[in-house]
Amino acid sequence: MTSAIGEPNLTAIAFFGLFIVLSLGITVWASRRTRTADHFYAAGRSVTAFQNGLALAGDYMSAASFLGIAGLVAVSGFDGLIYSIGFLVGWPIVMFLIAEPLRNLGRYTFADVVATRLRQTPIRIAAAIGALAVIAFYLIAQMVGAGNLIRLLFGLPYEAAVVIVGVVMLAYVLFGGMIATTWVQIVKAVLLLGGATILAGLVLMRFSFNPLALFEQASATYGPGVLAPGRQVTDPIDAISLGLALMLGTAGLPHILMRFYTVPDAKTARTSVGYATAFIGFFYLLTFILGFGAMVIVGREAITKVDAGGNMAAPLLAEVVGGTPFLGFIAAVAFATILAVVAGLTLSGAATLSHDLWVNVIRGAHASEREQFLVARGATILLAIVSIVLGITFKGQNVAYMVGLAFAIAASANFPALVLSIFWKRLTTAGAQVSMITGTVSTLLLIYLSPTIQIDILKHAEAWFPLRNPGIVTIPLSFIVAIGVSLLRPVPSEERRFAELERQLHLGLD
Amino acid sequence: MLWPHMSNPTQTVDPALEAVSAARWRMAILVAFNKPLLGTPLIPGLSIGMLLGVLVIVAAWVLTWIYVRWANTHYDASLRGLRS
Repeated sequence: MTSAIGEPNLTAIAFFGLFIVLSLGITVWASRRTRTADHFYAAGRSVTAFQNGLALAGDYMSAASFLGIAGLVAVSGFDGLIYSIGFLVGWPIVMFLIAEPLRNLGRYTFADVVATRLRQTPIRIAAAIGALAVIAFYLIAQMVGAGNLIRLLFGLPYEAAVVIVGVVMLAYVLFGGMIATTWVQIVKAVLLLGGATILAGLVLMRFSFNPLALFEQASATYGPGVLAPGRQVTDPIDAISLGLALMLGTAGLPHILMRFYTVPDAKTARTSVGYATAFIGFFYLLTFILGFGAMVIVGREAITKVDAGGNMAAPLLAEVVGGTPFLGFIAAVAFATILAVVAGLTLSGAATLSHDLWVNVIRGAHASEREQFLVARGATILLAIVSIVLGITFKGQNVAYMVGLAFAIAASANFPALVLSIFWKRLTTAGAQVSMITGTVSTLLLIYLSPTIQIDILKHAEAWFPLRNPGIVTIPLSFIVAIGVSLLRPVPSEERRFAELERQLHLGLD
Repeated sequence: MLWPHMSNPTQTVDPALEAVSAARWRMAILVAFNKPLLGTPLIPGLSIGMLLGVLVIVAAWVLTWIYVRWANTHYDASLRGLRS
């Protein structure tokens, strides 16, 4: 088949232009409401459970899960679905575990929670290292993805795409802070859910609204193997390791944790996780239809011809069932997805730099409202420039592993310290600090020694470390280190403060 | 309990959550160690694996809803009791 993908698509550009105009309109509106640091970082704690649920779902449904999983299912059938399910099911449990404590114990960043009853300076520095490592790798992956995606979808040059994403995202965060970032994410989540629902509807229309007829057709064309686990999951330990990193990593991603500060209380935080689970579950049910729909209607060969990884399966499907205008709409939604996620990442990075490092470490928590606000905006500009430079530097590189790396660091560096600080009274400053550093360093080291870098990128014959996803080693390691160090050198004064933390955890700050 | 050392005045991790967790791990272990079983077709177009996949998502919905309801009524009520 011939496809309009890769050529400048007027409808795509029009829809995307419309999204930019709408989101910048939101930013102008939000900028009038952004007067204090509380507004900038936490949207004035005014976001409702339903809104936060949509925004959380939006953060979760990144371009990787929309294009990636639909493509994975189209190319490898059931194996692709394992990722959707693995992504989803652990998530609500972990989120329920930490959403309310986060809301009740912290103000802007997860380091607030870890530092509640421990010593501020060492905790904040260690937490900032982990958080900034996660944000940097995730940003690189998103920027490079944006460049490639826009080149494929709109026919724009790579560098131009990266600069557009960087500048528009800077506008959202700099002027509209968390209010704009949240609303852009909500608009995107609605567009993505709506677009995917229409696309799935158009697919099912061809099978008289019977998904089983679609799956049957897939298994008749490509063999019954497409409905069964196959070659992708060759190494079960690696599969479980990836699942662990994805599940616990989402509970350690700074931009997701930050969302729990935008709601008025713990009950709203909890309810918003419920809404988010409903939206994400619905979205993943749609990926069943989209993936198999692309496999049957577009065909595997046509999909892998456009992009070897299958990432263009959903846009191609949109083109076949809805014509070029619908392709344009889906392309614009995919781009909006990247914009919304990079805005969230940048805002959480700015919070780490200004709230954790500048205000609490350098200024010893004595900074005026005006100063906090200025530093936060300065940090935002710095991060936007860094992300544009990184995006252009990594042009043409295989950065797919960086998403996995970001999740693995989040799961190993941030998650263990966060959970232990909330639930284990013996945790000490040294324990938390060593755990966060160990999580970051061990993940970086093991990814470097893994087949992904050693064989795929450096073209060595073999890799020292057998797993592509180090989570199964690094997450337990961080827990063990934290517990070991805390037990070896107990700090009774920090343990005594746990009672106060528990009271605040359940009853809030009031 | 997921966190046995948790010394909370009220139980914060309810059985519904543990059930989702168990469902998820059962799925992961099946995928890892029993590929042929998951590939068995039940009716044309529907293998056991596909059905389980859908059921895991539906279970996440139902159990999440039960948990949120329970926490919003019972858990919050006992917190109010503690506060006063």
